[in-house]
Amino acid sequence: MKHEIIVAGFGGQGVLLAGTLIAQAAIEQGLHTTWFPSYGAEMRGGTANSTIVVSDEEIGSPLAFNANALIALNEPSLNKFLPRMAKSAAIIVNSSIIAQTEKFTENTYFVPLSEIADKTIGNIKTANMVSVGALIKALELCADHICKMENKILNINSAVKAVETAFYAKPKLVDINKKAVLAGYDFIEA
Amino acid sequence: MKKLVKGNVALCEGAITAGLHAYFGYPITPQNEVPAYMSRKMVELGRVFIQGESEIASANMVLGAAVTGKRAMTSSSSPGMSLKQEALSYMAGMEIPALIVNVQRGGPGLGNISGAQSDYFQAVKGGGHGDYRLIVLAPNCAQEMYETAYDSFDLAEKYRTPVMILSDGIVGQMMEPVEFNRPEIKEFANKDWALTGCMQREPRSIKSLLMREGSLERHNIDLQEKYEIISKNEVQYESYLTDDAQIIITAFGIASRISKSAVKLARKNGIKAGLLRPKTLWPFPSKIISELAKPQTAFLCVELNHGQMVEDVRLAVNGKSRVEFLGKGGGGIINEIEILEKIKKLVK
Amino acid sequence: MKKILSRPESLKDNQMHYCPGCGHGIIHRLVAEAIDELGVREKTIAVAPVGCAVFAYDYFNFDTTEAPHGRPPAVATGIKRTNPDKFVFTYQGDGDISAIGMSETIHAANRGENITIIFVNNANYGMTGGQMAPTTLIGQVTETTPFGRDPKREGYPIHLCELLSSLTATTYLERVSIYNPKNIINAKRAIKKAFQYQIEGKGFSLIEVISNCPVDWGMTPLDSIKWVEEKFIEEFKLGLIKDKTEQI
Repeated sequence: MKHEIIVAGFGGQGVLLAGTLIAQAAIEQGLHTTWFPSYGAEMRGGTANSTIVVSDEEIGSPLAFNANALIALNEPSLNKFLPRMAKSAAIIVNSSIIAQTEKFTENTYFVPLSEIADKTIGNIKTANMVSVGALIKALELCADHICKMENKILNINSAVKAVETAFYAKPKLVDINKKAVLAGYDFIEA
Repeated sequence: MKKLVKGNVALCEGAITAGLHAYFGYPITPQNEVPAYMSRKMVELGRVFIQGESEIASANMVLGAAVTGKRAMTSSSSPGMSLKQEALSYMAGMEIPALIVNVQRGGPGLGNISGAQSDYFQAVKGGGHGDYRLIVLAPNCAQEMYETAYDSFDLAEKYRTPVMILSDGIVGQMMEPVEFNRPEIKEFANKDWALTGCMQREPRSIKSLLMREGSLERHNIDLQEKYEIISKNEVQYESYLTDDAQIIITAFGIASRISKSAVKLARKNGIKAGLLRPKTLWPFPSKIISELAKPQTAFLCVELNHGQMVEDVRLAVNGKSRVEFLGKGGGGIINEIEILEKIKKLVK
Repeated sequence: MKKILSRPESLKDNQMHYCPGCGHGIIHRLVAEAIDELGVREKTIAVAPVGCAVFAYDYFNFDTTEAPHGRPPAVATGIKRTNPDKFVFTYQGDGDISAIGMSETIHAANRGENITIIFVNNANYGMTGGQMAPTTLIGQVTETTPFGRDPKREGYPIHLCELLSSLTATTYLERVSIYNPKNIINAKRAIKKAFQYQIEGKGFSLIEVISNCPVDWGMTPLDSIKWVEEKFIEEFKLGLIKDKTEQI
């Protein structure tokens, strides 16, 4: 049971933080996890990304060779990583700034992440958190109904708990980010 | 609960918990988390942090701090490590314990900033001049970055020798859950060799220049005897499913993790594969490799370079088994499927 | 009978290897006397360079170590920062300090390290047989400037004290010499003052001692002293270059 998840977007969209939240959620569940960033020159300008591997077994490579989940916060990221995704990969597309087209995989979800963050949550910076909630729902759906990919691996409760850990030093931000994660989770319906 | 941290940060915590007195470093990717973390934490703890003017100066500051018996370290990445070889050779000759960390990136030259393992030769064969060895440790996860950094000072002091941690950009940059489970060291053994001022004792002199007839020859014999003892006592390795293995992968650091996944895949495919991972690259686990080497087994050395540790594997195997190599250089990362394919070819 | 002069405690009873007429012996003694007088011998950790003074540890009777070529200021930084209660000085030559070790010198000075540097300037690389140093005079013949130092080819002599004086962090810089008793007494005063500043935590001091190298200069000791007086200190003017504590 293993997920290879890529989170990608512009630098400044909270790409790395979204990735660490997923890894933290895995820790809350007692799972093995690795988080690996893009670093160096690539961090400026173009796309920033991080790769998160979540597994119930010891993890070998922290890099994704057969990624089965993608959060694309902007279009260049989508274009860059789409060709690297497994056939039935779960894909969360930020439809607020990426034109909605046909599904890339049967598990593609167009979620207006920036809009939800801005209007529902009241802070556009939380779009990355919305995306994490959406991804967890998408992975659940894959497991339960559609692709029977694997058993459910991450659950929403651990993601909410992960927010508390991740924002330990900034307690004022805990509630709003929890809300954002849940809003993403609730947006996608079975 | 375990904390999610980068390998580079875990390394810092290990060294700090082991009572690191002083850190000296210089910026270079992919080890920048180390000086950044140290610049805050060491100062908060009232310890010494200096961003040196170069890797050369930083390594020599380590020499200065360590010659007084204080726990000191520096870190860098491949191009910077070339510059530190001068101080390393001196510290080996002067028998000064210290920690030097190489978070490897691709080379030669300025190379790139991706993780690589192409400094194996430099680390284990003595990258500087003279006939010396460093104890070289190769952690493969954030937990081990923490633990090896912690343990390295005791090891260095036990043998009065510099210790190198040979990590890489992937292990350094990735975050993993780490359990900070070691007690903080606050008391340090008295060092009867350190320079502390000659209060109520004869003055001491620590040097590597030995010009009197025969003195350098004698010193080299002493060093080699010490290395012999280290070779006997300090070999560390991880052996995974090697007992019945027909294919034994040898790999260190990041390559060993990917190789372990490949071993599991191979087993699922009905191939009896195993992994022998050196945790100390020097001293090298030659004895166990030699024992595992039989005509019916084959070795596959997997490295993120174009074939360096494989030479030591071949020396240990000494013709008793077939030894093959699989590697990628310049920041290229191998995956478990590629390793599995190679294993399949080998068993055919 | 009253003993009026004896070997300083900070000097070992060893015969020095320095060439006949060389200034190092005098400078060693001045350093040793100053350390004795300030009572810091048992707190001292000295750093020897690569060059003629590499054997300083055979003569100084306190804790000593040795740095790679040019790196004494970095090594001293490491010692002093981790042992602020110890007395730390380096003893370096012109090649060590202003050629291969220029970076370490400038940056230790710029950090205002609370150390003292005794810089012996003899206008050439003595130990390796008298090659051109950064301080070699224009026209001076050395092993590697057989036609005399030509500024078009080799540039001009570096005045280290003046260079360092522009750094805000440097505390005390003085150039002295030892070519006659009067200057020797003055050199001792400067060395002791620099040491005193370190004890008081005043920061970075460097004393440049203009010395002689009769063998490599191809001169008799007496001629070499004459050359110091007539040529060397014409280029490298003696005197106080900077004392920050006086400016304040």
